Amino acid sequence: MARVTKEERKNGIISAALELFSENGFYITTIPDIAKKVGMSVGNFYNYFSSKDILAKELIMYISEYLGKNIRAINESDANTQEKIEQIVSMYFDTAKQRPEMIEYFLRVYLSNREVFKDGCEGMICVSPFITEMMIFFENGVASGELHDQDFFSAFGLFMGYLGGMVFLYGEKILPEPLDDYKQSISENIYNALKTRT
Amino acid sequence: MHLKQEHKLKIFWLQGLTCNGNAHSFLNLDYLGELLEKIEFVHHPLLPSKYSLTEMVKCKTSCDILIFEGAYDPSLKRADVFVDKILRHYAKNAKYIIAVGTCASFGGIFKATSPKTNSGILFNEAEKNGPLQEYNAKIINLSGCPVHPEWLGFTLNMIIDRHKIVLDEEHRPQELYSSLVHHGCTRNEYFEWKVDADDFGQKEGCLFYKKGCRAPMTHGSCNTILWNGVNSKTRSGTPCFGCTESDFPRANLFETKTNMSIPADAPVGVPKRAYLTLTGIAKTFHIKRLEEPLIDYKNNT
Repeated sequence: MARVTKEERKNGIISAALELFSENGFYITTIPDIAKKVGMSVGNFYNYFSSKDILAKELIMYISEYLGKNIRAINESDANTQEKIEQIVSMYFDTAKQRPEMIEYFLRVYLSNREVFKDGCEGMICVSPFITEMMIFFENGVASGELHDQDFFSAFGLFMGYLGGMVFLYGEKILPEPLDDYKQSISENIYNALKTRT
Repeated sequence: MHLKQEHKLKIFWLQGLTCNGNAHSFLNLDYLGELLEKIEFVHHPLLPSKYSLTEMVKCKTSCDILIFEGAYDPSLKRADVFVDKILRHYAKNAKYIIAVGTCASFGGIFKATSPKTNSGILFNEAEKNGPLQEYNAKIINLSGCPVHPEWLGFTLNMIIDRHKIVLDEEHRPQELYSSLVHHGCTRNEYFEWKVDADDFGQKEGCLFYKKGCRAPMTHGSCNTILWNGVNSKTRSGTPCFGCTESDFPRANLFETKTNMSIPADAPVGVPKRAYLTLTGIAKTFHIKRLEEPLIDYKNNT
């Protein structure tokens, strides 16, 4: 059997913790729960993360880097802004389907338990890779004349609030159709709301 | 050993299409008197000179240094002679040709008025296709609107002392134009923590985010070689207009061009992604000291 590297072990903890936190909530989930799910001792867990709060911050940075990396690839492609919107929506919904714990953690733990993140994860610190790529997406869109120039947060809230809301409905099993069926109409709505006004 | 040069360098200050700003700026040089002992103006539009302009345009004499001020306009005459003819005559034998000011360097404001015909003498904005290409090797651009008197004084002294002047790609002395105007600005602490200036002319705040300041994108030493030895635009609370660059004048000098609240231009050499990352994090923190007046006059009265 191949030896499991420390990095792989750490990623295993991250995956397990994301699932437990997003399913059961941040406060109910304990370090022994996480250690048990990964199959390691509690003592060994502390070799990777020294506290639950530090793990919580690492998780949001992990998600932000994951989303940021994917949006960066879209930003650096030759696609036009309308196509980039479709790709970002598609990537976000695919993430919600394939790794629902990532989006769930973002919505249910990070946004809902601000007290956990108030020290060392304030403002943009832990979500910087993700927000930075969205800034670059919007800035490029306006610079190329495809998007209407407006306040960044007005546009950001419209885009990501919409996606977050849809994924929440999906998670609650309220959506009557599969999530993929909404990709096109939502992309069109976002583009129509943000595009240059003539 | 020669302490004094046997012959003073002869300088002809010729004007193209100009507001006289550079000629006036030069008069503010601290050590102008001292410099004038080492050079001789065969003609200068404002200073006592050996020859009048009418005599100079006969093109019967020569100079060691030709200083050209103002934009090149092929239809412009001085004392009834085409400036083009005068320029080419004196350029031929001059050891150095100095384009003073942004108009002579790149076209500047007087190119903006007639973009199809006017240009700098070597450059037409960023394109190197001005009329004096054959003299490329001896042209020094001292851009600025106007040129800083010390930049011209420095360059003349370098020539007098026979030092090599290392130029950048736009023929500007690197010694003067390698750093950005941002370097040495007293507002750098506000730039670091992304605290905006509320208004012009205040001690506090950075003018980059809303007030149009081009200092992080502009090459020049305005904040290390101060104007009149005391001040600079940004120190006094006015945005840098980017006047040393080939794209000067830009529109809306008092407003920062933004796209979705994000500055359209990042500081020179800084990738936008890196800049936005740092900005977002810096803005997260509120530094109380920088968000208040430095001097609270209310408590002192």
